[in-house]
Amino acid sequence: MNLGPHANFIIAAYVIAALVIIGLIVWVELDNRAQRRHLKNLHAQGVTRRSGPTP
Amino acid sequence: MAIIDLANPTRFLNLAHRALPWLIEITGALFVVGLYLVYGAPDDYQQGATVKIMFIHVPSAWLGMFGWLLMSIAALGTLVWRHPLADVAAKAAAPIGASFTFLCLVTGALWGRPMWGTYWVWDARLTSVLILFLMYLGVIALWRTVEDPSRAARAAAILTLVGAINLPIIKFSVDWWNTLHQPASVIRLGGPSIYPTILVPLLVMALAFTLLFVTLHVAAMGNEILRRRVRALMLMQAQSAPGSGE
Amino acid sequence: MSPLAALFIRDIRLAIRVGGGGGIGVLFFLIVVVLIPFAVGPDLNLLARLGPAILWLGALLASLLTLDRLFAVDHDDGSLDLILMSDTPLEFAVAAKAAAHWLTTGLPLVIATPLLGLFMNLDAKASAAVMLTLLAGTPALTFIGLIGAALSVALRRGGLLLAVLVLPLTVPVLIFGVAASNAAIVGPLPFGTPFTILCALMLTSLVVGIFAAAAALRHGME
Repeated sequence: MNLGPHANFIIAAYVIAALVIIGLIVWVELDNRAQRRHLKNLHAQGVTRRSGPTP
Repeated sequence: MAIIDLANPTRFLNLAHRALPWLIEITGALFVVGLYLVYGAPDDYQQGATVKIMFIHVPSAWLGMFGWLLMSIAALGTLVWRHPLADVAAKAAAPIGASFTFLCLVTGALWGRPMWGTYWVWDARLTSVLILFLMYLGVIALWRTVEDPSRAARAAAILTLVGAINLPIIKFSVDWWNTLHQPASVIRLGGPSIYPTILVPLLVMALAFTLLFVTLHVAAMGNEILRRRVRALMLMQAQSAPGSGE
Repeated sequence: MSPLAALFIRDIRLAIRVGGGGGIGVLFFLIVVVLIPFAVGPDLNLLARLGPAILWLGALLASLLTLDRLFAVDHDDGSLDLILMSDTPLEFAVAAKAAAHWLTTGLPLVIATPLLGLFMNLDAKASAAVMLTLLAGTPALTFIGLIGAALSVALRRGGLLLAVLVLPLTVPVLIFGVAASNAAIVGPLPFGTPFTILCALMLTSLVVGIFAAAAALRHGME
C-alpha cells in the first residue's frame, strides 16, 4: 500500500493509537487481577462482607 | 429485570461478567471491518494518503468529548439522585476519556505537521481540546487525592459539571473562530459534507472506537466496584484488629 | 450588624492583619514581574509587547496563591462549620468571602499595575488598558478560584491540586484579558469587543463560581 510522501506520520499515528489502546486494555486487566487478588487474600484471612465474629 | 436493578453493584458485576465477552467480540469485529475499509479508502485529492490519520483522529476527538459528557451525566446521578453506580461510572470513565483526548491531540499533531507545516498551533479548537485534556488530568488528580470515595465522587461531580462548559466551546469553536482547524464536516446542519467513500470508513471506525470505550468502561466499572469492596473489607479488618481500641 | 456584613468585615480584617492578604499578593506580583526581564532579556520593545501578558500572568498567579487560604483557614479553626450551620444561605456567605478576597487581593493588584507597567515599558495608555482589564478580570479569577478552593478545602496538600483544577478554567479570562489589553495598545480590533466578553465571563463566573463553591462546601463537609 503506497502511503505517499508522509507515510511516516501515518504509520506513527496508527502505532501510537495501537499503543494507547493496548495500554488501556492492559491497565484494565492488571487492575482486575490486582483487585481479585486482594479480595482472595482478605477472604483467606477470614474477613467477609457479612459481619461475623472476629477471629 | 428492570433498569433499576443495574443500580445494585452485585447485579451490575454479574451483568458485566456476562456482557463483556460479547462486547469484546463485537468491538474486535468492528475494528476488523473498519481497518479493512480504511485500507481500501481512496486517497484524498488534496491530502493524499494522510487523510487516513483522520480515521483515528476524529473518533478519538468524539470519544474524548463523549467521555466528559458521560461523566457529566454520572455527576448528575451522584449529586441529584445519589445513584450508587454513578460514582463508579464517573471514576471509571475519566482515564479512558483522557486517553482518547490524548490520542486526539497526538494524531492531530502528526496530521498537522505534513498538512499545515506545524505540530501545534494555538487555534480555538486545539486550545479547547488541550484544556479538556488538562481538566481530565485535574479530575483524575481530584479522585486520587480525596480519600473517602463518596466525598471524592461529589467533588469530582461538581468539577465535571463546571468543566462541561468546555464541550460546546470545543464543538462550536471551529464555527465561531475561523482559523486553522477545518470547520465541521460531519455533524452539521445540512448533513455531512464528506464523500461516502471516506464517510463510511469513518463512521465504522467511530462505531468501533465507541464500542471499545463502552467495553473498557464496563470492565473498569467492574474493577472499581471490586476496589471499593477491598477498601470496605480492609476498613473492617482494621476496625476489628486486636489493639485497635474497639 | 447582619451576619453577612460581619463575615465580610471579619475576612477583610483577617486579610489585612495576618499579612497573608493584599500585601503579600502585591509583593509576589512585583517579584514575578521583576523576574521576567531577567529571563527574557532587557529588550524594551519585547518587554512592551509582552507587558500586558506578563502583568496578567502575575495577577493570575498572585490570586491563585492567596485563594488557598480562603476556606482552608476557616475549615481548620472550625468557623466553616459554623458558617454552614447558620441561617444565612451558604451562597451569600461564599459571596461575602469572595468579595472580601477580591477587595484585599485583586484590587491591590489592579492598583499596583501602573507602577509595574513602568517595569514593562508600558506607556500610560497601555497601563490604563491593562488596569481596566484587570479590574474586570480579577473578580473573575476570584470567583473561578472559589471553586477550586472549595473542592480542595479539606485536603492537606490541597495547594497544588487547587492550581491544577483552577488554571484550565481561567484560560478564557486570561485570553480575553490580554486580547483586550493588546487591542487597546496596537489594535486593529476595537477594545470594546474583547472587553465586553471579559465582562460577560466575569458575570458568568460570579454565578457559576458562587453556586459551585457552595455546593462543593456542602458536599465536602458531610
